[in-house]
Amino acid sequence: MKRIVIIGNGIAGITAARHIRKRSDDEITVISAESDHFFSRTALMYIYMGHMAFENTKPYEDFFWEKNRIQLMREWVSRVDTENKRLFFAGGRHLEYDVLIIASGSKSNKFGWPGQDLAGVQGLYSLQDLELMETHTRKVERAVIVGGGLIGIEMAEMLLSRQIPVTFLVREASWMDFAFPAEESAMIDRHVVSHGIDLRLSTELDRIEADERGRVRAAVTKDGEEIPCQFLGLTVGVSPNVDFLQDSGIECQRGVMADDMLLTSAPDVYAAGDCVQLRSPKPGRRPIEPLWYTGRMMGETIARTVCGEPTTYDPGIWFNSAKFIDIEYQVYGDIKAKLGEGEKSLYWEHSSGEKSLRIHYMEADQRVIGFNLMGIRYRHELCHQWLEEGRTLPFILENLGAANFDPEFYAQYERELIQLYNDQHPNLPLRLKRRRGLKQFLSLRRASA
Amino acid sequence: MSHSESSSTKTLVWIRAAGFLLFALGLSVFVLSLSLSDYRLTEETFNRLAASGAVQEKHQEALFGELDSLRDKYYKSTHTFLSDIDRKISETNERLGGGAKIWDYDRGQYRLAIVREAATGLLPSRTRLFFLLSLILGSLGAIIHFLPRLWLEPEGIKNNGVFFHSAKSRGFWGIALGVFLIGFYIALYFFPAYIVNWIRLGDPISEALRGRPADRWFFYGLMYTLTLLVMAVRMAIHYRHNRYQLVRTASVSFFQLGFAFLIPAVLEALNKPAIDLKNAWPLNYSFFYKYNLDGLMSSGAFGWFILLWGIGLAVILVPLLAVFFGKRWYCSWVCGCGGLAETLGDPFRHLSDKSLKAWKAERWIVHSVLVFAVVMTSIVLINFFSGQDGQPLLGEATGKFQTWYGFLIGSIFAGVVGTGFYPVLGNRVWCRFGCPLAAILGLVQKFKSRFRITTNGGQCISCGNCSTYCEMGIDVRWYAQRGQNIIRSSCVGCGICSAVCPRGVLRLENGPEEGRYNEVSLVQIGQGRIDVA
Ligand SMILES: Cc1cc2nc3c(=O)[nH]c(=O)nc-3n(C[C@H](O)[C@H](O)[C@H](O)COP(=O)(O)OP(=O)(O)OC[C@H]3O[C@@H](n4cnc5c(N)ncnc54)[C@H](O)[C@@H]3O)c2cc1C
Ligand code: SF4
Ligand code: SF4
Repeated sequence: MKRIVIIGNGIAGITAARHIRKRSDDEITVISAESDHFFSRTALMYIYMGHMAFENTKPYEDFFWEKNRIQLMREWVSRVDTENKRLFFAGGRHLEYDVLIIASGSKSNKFGWPGQDLAGVQGLYSLQDLELMETHTRKVERAVIVGGGLIGIEMAEMLLSRQIPVTFLVREASWMDFAFPAEESAMIDRHVVSHGIDLRLSTELDRIEADERGRVRAAVTKDGEEIPCQFLGLTVGVSPNVDFLQDSGIECQRGVMADDMLLTSAPDVYAAGDCVQLRSPKPGRRPIEPLWYTGRMMGETIARTVCGEPTTYDPGIWFNSAKFIDIEYQVYGDIKAKLGEGEKSLYWEHSSGEKSLRIHYMEADQRVIGFNLMGIRYRHELCHQWLEEGRTLPFILENLGAANFDPEFYAQYERELIQLYNDQHPNLPLRLKRRRGLKQFLSLRRASA
Repeated sequence: MSHSESSSTKTLVWIRAAGFLLFALGLSVFVLSLSLSDYRLTEETFNRLAASGAVQEKHQEALFGELDSLRDKYYKSTHTFLSDIDRKISETNERLGGGAKIWDYDRGQYRLAIVREAATGLLPSRTRLFFLLSLILGSLGAIIHFLPRLWLEPEGIKNNGVFFHSAKSRGFWGIALGVFLIGFYIALYFFPAYIVNWIRLGDPISEALRGRPADRWFFYGLMYTLTLLVMAVRMAIHYRHNRYQLVRTASVSFFQLGFAFLIPAVLEALNKPAIDLKNAWPLNYSFFYKYNLDGLMSSGAFGWFILLWGIGLAVILVPLLAVFFGKRWYCSWVCGCGGLAETLGDPFRHLSDKSLKAWKAERWIVHSVLVFAVVMTSIVLINFFSGQDGQPLLGEATGKFQTWYGFLIGSIFAGVVGTGFYPVLGNRVWCRFGCPLAAILGLVQKFKSRFRITTNGGQCISCGNCSTYCEMGIDVRWYAQRGQNIIRSSCVGCGICSAVCPRGVLRLENGPEEGRYNEVSLVQIGQGRIDVA
């Protein structure tokens, strides 16, 4: 029986623990300094907005851990000694391991702005950040958010829910234009503004000014504009939380360096989740992917390897999702902000300007490479299957209804997209063969199986 | 925000506040109206009691004789008046003795009738005005309170502050509301004579529909329907971006207004059995009671039609539709209990208990109620068919059984606990723990149905919105985060889990049964489905 120790009780560490327990009787210990129990980091915003209580964000009831013989420790690991296979805690006590899994997550970025450590200036990553935000946003007349990413927009929504006016500084000319095609990016800009957010595009933070009590008083932009505020959210991305691994003998660059099996440079030490930097990521993928889904897949991959079924990490076809205030977003496959070599795009947008369908495909052989959905839900499994099978645009368009995952009675827009295609290719008009529905979906699944 | 925008926002906020004020005013008048009458037994009262047949002829002489000593005595308090009436009824019974006695059921009816006929004062003389000032003003106020949300809030899921709101998070106002609702049900079921003024508020509508004053069940039906419709307006505004919710809310409103309220009232006006055609056994536990069967069989062709319909509904239609659409077609599209839960109860749905313990308790309790209902109905039917002269099975106990079922399940569970505890235990306590029909439909849904909630591959981020807002206390996330479809016997298909999911993970759908119960590993999604042992 091995003694398996996991640093981090986030999605990566917990998924590893659960799957190891399913496959073995090994001793499992999960350590975290942040919380007694696993909670969903992605739900932090909903606690602040009053949609949920902290309790509701715990995916498992508290009895689950003991029942599954997963030992939990609330400790901070200050040092790892890979030579003697030992961890040291803040108080000096230590713990021995046979297998170590590092799943220590991320920390919020700060780029050395003057004033970035003032009271009322903070990022949003941990439970403690949330508590801090709760106190810092009391009796606030205006908040400034710096950094137009996914967490920034969530923070804006959080503040809006408490009727706090928000000025949103975004460096790019349009929201996340490096990752989103222009139309979707513009849609988000419009949506953000329509919610009463003072969106400042192409605007960068220069410094943060303090009041006499050492609290944030104003943000000053690179153009010299001073924006008075009593709260300033820094949401300029995250980076791996690996400082405690210095001198451990585990190779780290930005993150913990890990190979295809998620093994680090030290024997029997694996890494999973946000803290990982892959030595050789799959083509088109980044070495560091701070995502819920990545953590989950890595956790399960390591569990297999540790339990005697060596498995390489393969995240498969890209998928992701988010919600920009009221607009849901889903992506399957490869959707670049700027079309790549030989790629073409078919894009339809609803007249409300808050829903859209986009398909990217290769011009030469019409092979579809990705779906981008705003305000419309699509079936993961079917999109995955089509991309895997290398289906062509005409085939997919004719069957597109089956991919629609919106609730019953919702309007369906696949016909509009086909109309658009037919207008561009008048000689071979396509016809929608399948409408939304489980039967349609299952018959396609069966046909390919 | 521009100046004009913020000033129109302000106006809308004011309108909302004004609406709430009107609602509060209506509610206050409603509560106060209980005290707006006094009582005096006059010659005329006796005449009316005799003429209307409220007091049976065989009791009239004795009872009126006893009551005579109270003639023209003036009462301010309902309670004092009722105590005197009670005393007089008891004295009448002493006088009558034996078989001629006034039995408990009649006693209740007489108390109600006497209080009603003897009442004088502000409310009885201005019923119409008070009807307008309470029920109508309150309803309008509530609607005025809801409507500005159309312009104040963008479409989409808006659960902001639910967990900070006193009424919605078991705070002071939540408990206060619970106490009020529980009090309402206790008064309605057990002390109706004290709320005769409320019952009277139903007169204007009752007169118009049925040509006679309201009785307590008509008043309850009116309150129920009105509340459901007003809160349906809120529901529709709250989920206006979601067509499933709009259609479903329209459906429960239609069935409540038409099937539960208007049709029975019209049937009554036509002297036909007043029946709610959608109310299926065993939710409608008294359907097979002797008095009901006798009543139906003696009502000619129409009665027979209702009888056959009721049997067909319970035995064929309800389960069959559940095979095709899941139990949702009944529980969250048609049923009156479900209708109230989905409208009045919607703000409280997150209060349901999600723990494994609660799930275990639920399975024991709801199936026990089902057994209770089936055993009771079987005994009633055996007695019915063994003829009028045969010795009833279990003798006296049968009646006791029925009484206890009516008391424990029909009144306490479905009413007092089921609705009264909305602000404490959530809006589906009855449907989840108590309803025998839901138990039957749940078995169908679990073992033989085309319905499931499909999980969208690996998109779940385990946020917990779905589980939090599931009124049946189903831990939806448990399944969703492992890529598994959700098939639970208790799921009423309200669709709210799918609505609140921020990642588009859940879809309620009907389809071929094969593969309904799936097991998908999360890595499978990434790695092109490797089989996991
Ligand atoms: C507000 C917000 C919203 C998000 N929304 C999404 C989303 O919608 N979709 C998505 O895909 N991703 C989202 N993410 C990202 C996602 O939450 C992360 O990718 C994921 O939680 C990372 O999981 P993890 O297990 O790698 O690390 P973590 O969840 O960070 O867990 C690591 C744990 O280890 C603890 N720890 C670290 N070092 C030590 C130590 N030395 N000793 C003891 N304990 C230690 C940390 O305190 C932490 O509790 C969001 C993130 C945030 C902050
Ligand atoms: S699982 Fe979803 S559809 Fe079913 S009862 Fe719960 S919230 Fe409603
Ligand atoms: S609401 Fe959606 S994303 Fe959140 S836990 Fe439920 S299914 Fe998963």
